[in-house]
Amino acid sequence: MYARLRQLLRDELPVVLVTIIDGPGIGAKLLITADGVAEGSLGHPELDRIVTRDALAELEAGRSGIRHYGPEGQTTPEDLVGTPVVRAFIETWAPPPQMWIFGAVDFTAALGKVAKVLGYRVTVCDAREVFATRRRFPMADEVVVSWPTPLFERRGNTLTSRDAICILTHDPKFDVPAVQGALATSAGYIGVMGSRKTHSKRLERLAEVGVTQPEQLERLMSPVGLDLGARTPEETAVSICAEIIARRTGRMAPSLRDGHGPIHT
Amino acid sequence: MKELLDDIDRWQAAGTRVAVARVVDIEGSGPREPGAAMAVNEHGEVAGSVSGGCVEGAVVSEALAILAGDAPSRIVTFGYSDDEAFAVGLTCGGIIRLFIEPLDW
Repeated sequence: MYARLRQLLRDELPVVLVTIIDGPGIGAKLLITADGVAEGSLGHPELDRIVTRDALAELEAGRSGIRHYGPEGQTTPEDLVGTPVVRAFIETWAPPPQMWIFGAVDFTAALGKVAKVLGYRVTVCDAREVFATRRRFPMADEVVVSWPTPLFERRGNTLTSRDAICILTHDPKFDVPAVQGALATSAGYIGVMGSRKTHSKRLERLAEVGVTQPEQLERLMSPVGLDLGARTPEETAVSICAEIIARRTGRMAPSLRDGHGPIHT
Repeated sequence: MKELLDDIDRWQAAGTRVAVARVVDIEGSGPREPGAAMAVNEHGEVAGSVSGGCVEGAVVSEALAILAGDAPSRIVTFGYSDDEAFAVGLTCGGIIRLFIEPLDW
């Protein structure tokens, strides 16, 4: 079973491994793919069926944790009276979150490196084939030579709240369609590089193409990044990635020292 | 687990037995989430980590005992709670539970 798990992980496919970690059948395993097909057994068909159902829900939510069952899949407290408890560790692997970076510039290479450290699958997109090369962005999982619109039309629907879009061109003819495409997705983070002045000009151009809804424009993080005083591409990359984390966790991103309470919640 | 694959491949290709320790539960402050994993081979070589370095040494001992057949696959708890007080704790004060087993599946 490990060989199959290894292959699924290498192929970055979603998978769940359930292991009995306490109770009857300790060590027994069930490997479940996103289509609900299971390999192995926890010792009883009904237990396998119930756990598969729960495992798929956990996979959807991207969570891993322990659940308790009876040896025949019992879940309600009254059914569990007088039965031994099976503790199952449900471990899920969702595909890595995506980061799409528009613009093949120096900041892109630095951001791509930091994003890889954080576990993103990185796509770099630029229409200029001289700049959008694998050699310039060896850290990227893919380099796409394209205008933004076709990429969004083809794959924009794969982006979810876990995913990030960073638009690093300052070029309005690339920026505007990239922002339009980004706003049409469910991406959790949309960062757009440029000064406040650049952004207000960009907003004018977006208005010209009909993008005026405040709740849409509110999604744009521009100027991009946390206020760390970053200057270099590398520092800017850290400030952008730090902002992505803070937006996801809903924090105001002050220094840990200046807060109170436990540092993990 | 993903980051352990290459080391495990290498060890298994050399015919070396491997144990895997996975974080299955944390309470309070804990440095790594459930699913964080570490692999230990029968020679005591290590890949990955399950905490910020607080419990790795103890995990190696547990894993070697399990590989040697001196202990069964089981949950091992580190940290402090009312009924369990292990010698090795987390400096952050949390409790971490690991499931350690041979990679023989």
